[in-house]
Amino acid sequence: MPETETVEHASSAASPGALLSVRNLQGWYGESHVLHGIDFDVREGEVVTLLGRNGAGKTTTLLAIMGILAKRKGSITFDGRETIALPARAIARAGIAFCPEERGIFASLSVEENLMLPPRVREGGLTVEQVFELFPNLRERLSSQGTKLSGGEQQMLAIGRILRTGAKLLLLDEPTEGLAPVIVQQIGHTIARLKREGFTIVLVEQNFRFAASVADRHYVVEQGRVIDTIPNSELDANVEKLHGYLGV
Amino acid sequence: MFELLGIPPQALFGQLLLGLINGSFYALLSLGLAIIFGLLNIINFTHGAQYMMGAFVAWMLLNYLGINYWAALFVAPVIVGITGVIIERLLISRLYHLDHLYGLLLTFGLALIIQGLFRNYYGISGLPYQIPGVLSGGQNLGFMFLPNYRGWVIVASLIVCLATWFIIEKTRLGAYLRAATENPTLVGAFGINVPRMVTLTYGFGVALAAFAGVLAAPIYAVNPNMGADLIIVVFAVVVIGGMGSILGSIVTGFGLGLIEGLTRVFYPEGSAVVIFVVMAIVLLVKPAGLFGRAA
Repeated sequence: MPETETVEHASSAASPGALLSVRNLQGWYGESHVLHGIDFDVREGEVVTLLGRNGAGKTTTLLAIMGILAKRKGSITFDGRETIALPARAIARAGIAFCPEERGIFASLSVEENLMLPPRVREGGLTVEQVFELFPNLRERLSSQGTKLSGGEQQMLAIGRILRTGAKLLLLDEPTEGLAPVIVQQIGHTIARLKREGFTIVLVEQNFRFAASVADRHYVVEQGRVIDTIPNSELDANVEKLHGYLGV
Repeated sequence: MFELLGIPPQALFGQLLLGLINGSFYALLSLGLAIIFGLLNIINFTHGAQYMMGAFVAWMLLNYLGINYWAALFVAPVIVGITGVIIERLLISRLYHLDHLYGLLLTFGLALIIQGLFRNYYGISGLPYQIPGVLSGGQNLGFMFLPNYRGWVIVASLIVCLATWFIIEKTRLGAYLRAATENPTLVGAFGINVPRMVTLTYGFGVALAAFAGVLAAPIYAVNPNMGADLIIVVFAVVVIGGMGSILGSIVTGFGLGLIEGLTRVFYPEGSAVVIFVVMAIVLLVKPAGLFGRAA
């Protein structure tokens, strides 16, 4: 069980109005300390990205929020509730859903079983019919083995199945990685549409241009800390600086 | 009467029947082992002792409480399954983050303790268990004589195996189980209580062994060592079928029972080792087992 550390000083209290507040988040893989105090906020209905180089701690941050990272400290409040010490299944039940980088499609399950696997945690999720509207390809492949799908279809399945659950906050880990430009575009449209429907999304991305097309705000992560915050509207003015951060 | 390769048909079919009956037990036991191994990654060496417990609990229910065979068929697996749940919660659950070897040592040690306890109180001569009245006698099928109880064992085993296969492969509960077998972390992150599922799965696997034990009670004497003798062969069946494969355990269980029966007809000296010969060949040709998915 992760230990909880109560943060006392006022400046690091969760900001009111934020759906998700991360304060001084520390994380470890075994003995190796990888998150050194992550701070950021996401308000309801926003799309924010975590940008940064490989190994900066972006994926680890998502794993910590989801409760998958076993050793974590600091504070994560979701919907007004402290979740740092909760197990992953309780965090899922609170309304956070996770789409892992490797997509996590189950080989021993059909597409339909993969789609129906995550249980409904609250009201307001998409119906299966609405998921098919977003990703028409899935409908035709329902009885196929999950891993027989193409990479793009697997990504759609991985996103589609968590839309059914009623989760308010989606954590998407590099949804465009390794996909053809046309599929990346489709996923971009999907994220924009989900935003319009009121979903709140934290996106980890390497693809800076893709991130710019969908997000409200970017948090730059380096060596386990958030070192800069860039609103999407000020992105153009900060391109040079960002390239420096990302080592492009 | 015709003869086949100089073998009278009564002998041939008699041995095939015996093979099918042995296969019924192989299938039920290896099915439980496969389910447990799939989700828990534990090679449950206590399985033979739990099969024996099933037979003993049926015997105790009858002799101490007057509960008959048909009720015992349900009650004994539930009781032994609950002991399995307790063992998983108390002991096995502490080993998941360790090497396979620890699970093997723990479950092997438990098997020795359980068998030792039963030997201490009930001796090794074996206790009789009557075939239930409705199933005594037999049918003359013309080419052979089929004792009713033996026919029932084959049918009951088939039904339970197929029902288990159906639950695992075709239902939502089974989808959870298969998914958790592949990636328990992600399944937990969907909000499913994986530790509880693991506990219940162990209990269910153990209950299958106990069910086989109740079926066996009227055929073999109820004996503390009855599981220890059988379990070695069952492990060979699991390896041949492919560790963790559900359908593989069922098909291989019945298939190897038949092969053993046929060997007893045509080359009796080889019947004790034929399963291990098959295992060696399968491991050479297809190391993941006949139905195993290569990792």
